[in-house]
Amino acid sequence: MQTTAELLLLLVVLTDLAVLGTSRLRTCIRAVAAQGLLLGLLPLALASQVTVHVAGLAAGTVLVKAVVLPWFLLWAIREAAVRREVEPVVGFIASLLLGALALALAFAISGRLPASDVREPVLIPAALATVMMGLIVLTTRRKALTQVVGYLMLENGIYLFGLTQTESVPFLLEVGVLLDIFAGVFIMGIVVFHINREFDSLDSARLSELKD
Amino acid sequence: MNHAHVGSSLAALAVLLVIAPALSGVVVRTKSAFAGRRGAPVGQLYWDLFKLMRKGTVYSTTTTWIFRAAPVVVLVSLTAASLLLPLDGQASPVQFSGDLIAFAGLLALGRFALVLAGLDTGSSFEGMGASREVTVASFAEPVLFLGFLGLVLATRRLTLSAMLGPALTAAWAHQTASLALVALAFFVLLLAENSRVPVDDPATHLELTMIHEVIVLDHSGPDLAVILYASSLKLALFAALIVEVAVPRDGLGLGWSLAAFAGGLLVVAMAVGVVESVMARLRLNRVPQLIVGAGALALFGIILLLR
Repeated sequence: MQTTAELLLLLVVLTDLAVLGTSRLRTCIRAVAAQGLLLGLLPLALASQVTVHVAGLAAGTVLVKAVVLPWFLLWAIREAAVRREVEPVVGFIASLLLGALALALAFAISGRLPASDVREPVLIPAALATVMMGLIVLTTRRKALTQVVGYLMLENGIYLFGLTQTESVPFLLEVGVLLDIFAGVFIMGIVVFHINREFDSLDSARLSELKD
Repeated sequence: MNHAHVGSSLAALAVLLVIAPALSGVVVRTKSAFAGRRGAPVGQLYWDLFKLMRKGTVYSTTTTWIFRAAPVVVLVSLTAASLLLPLDGQASPVQFSGDLIAFAGLLALGRFALVLAGLDTGSSFEGMGASREVTVASFAEPVLFLGFLGLVLATRRLTLSAMLGPALTAAWAHQTASLALVALAFFVLLLAENSRVPVDDPATHLELTMIHEVIVLDHSGPDLAVILYASSLKLALFAALIVEVAVPRDGLGLGWSLAAFAGGLLVVAMAVGVVESVMARLRLNRVPQLIVGAGALALFGIILLLR
């Protein structure tokens, strides 16, 4: 039987695939919100005993990643009246296959990494896969909002890496990172809003038309 | 294999053959419950088949023997495919190494016969349906093989009988996630192969939107009855495949095993009804995306097994 942590990690990877495969912006954001929730639950499942530090980290992560940021993105969709379909440069099937490739690569590479003493063997491959799929979303989607989603996935992957070290990383640093993303997404949201005002669309390819 | 096993597996096969038309009824009933209607009785298809069997057959003058042979080929190939599955959870009546390829081949043979019959009528509608059926199938078949590959890797067996039989119980203990992913991929495959909702809407009879239903437009009387029964058998066969993967039944007595099997089939049929009620049909160019998604799930399961 697999442990709870392993199951959570597999679900995280499934949400990655959901983001790659869906054609709806709203579903994308919901998937990332679900991923945030899973990431919030992970420290609780990984910790040998639940301390204030771990509980605080979990609560902070859930609050920022699963509630505030998705809510903010959904607000941006509503306010900027974005057309609800994701516009990929690379098709959905191709990006799903790329995602599967990234997954295989992640599992293949993580076997060779020297960090074999991690408590949860799936943690590193799941982190690598999430980072790579975040990159795929970031580079192959044209909407500015989907790129924010890709950025969030990328960050979620890095957070997963961080979980291999939670015992030693001070709480303050974690909070700092969470604040960083929050500020980052906030700024992106405002930029997105302005792109929309300027061009009446969120197609980031049109940014190349900017001239001074 | 001893005689007791042959007896129990044939009993399970009989359950499948008898219960198959009822599964379509369960799907309809579930959809009706969602829509707030009462719906047709669960056994409606049995009466339809009975009615059709007593009618005469009309053959178009453009059709050849291919059209007449198709219903028989479809029914026989599906029945032969169900002989390869260990429906009682222990052993299948027929087994040989690599029979999973024969299983996929028999399904393909049935589809091929049906598609040929559709083309044989010379109707452009049926030709369109045939081309769509084949398009969907060409995406669905690799997913079937990916799922089988996952099962082979999880159990280290090469016959369907051993893969889905007792070895599966042991595999569930260690490979829960992979097997669950394979079962999920098979469910999407069931929807695609049987032209159920996100792929096709079996309730419409508008030729332009349907895939499977359009191919059989020219069949009538007993021929149509055989085809209707065969397509309900196909649904039951895929449901059986899912039940076999999802519910390892090693150690149960024959009675309990058969009860679990029939119950599992009903649950899958209800799940199909729920999916049909809460989802809309996908645009045709989105269908491959769904099936490739199912393939990605199966592939994920395989990657977990290879780790």
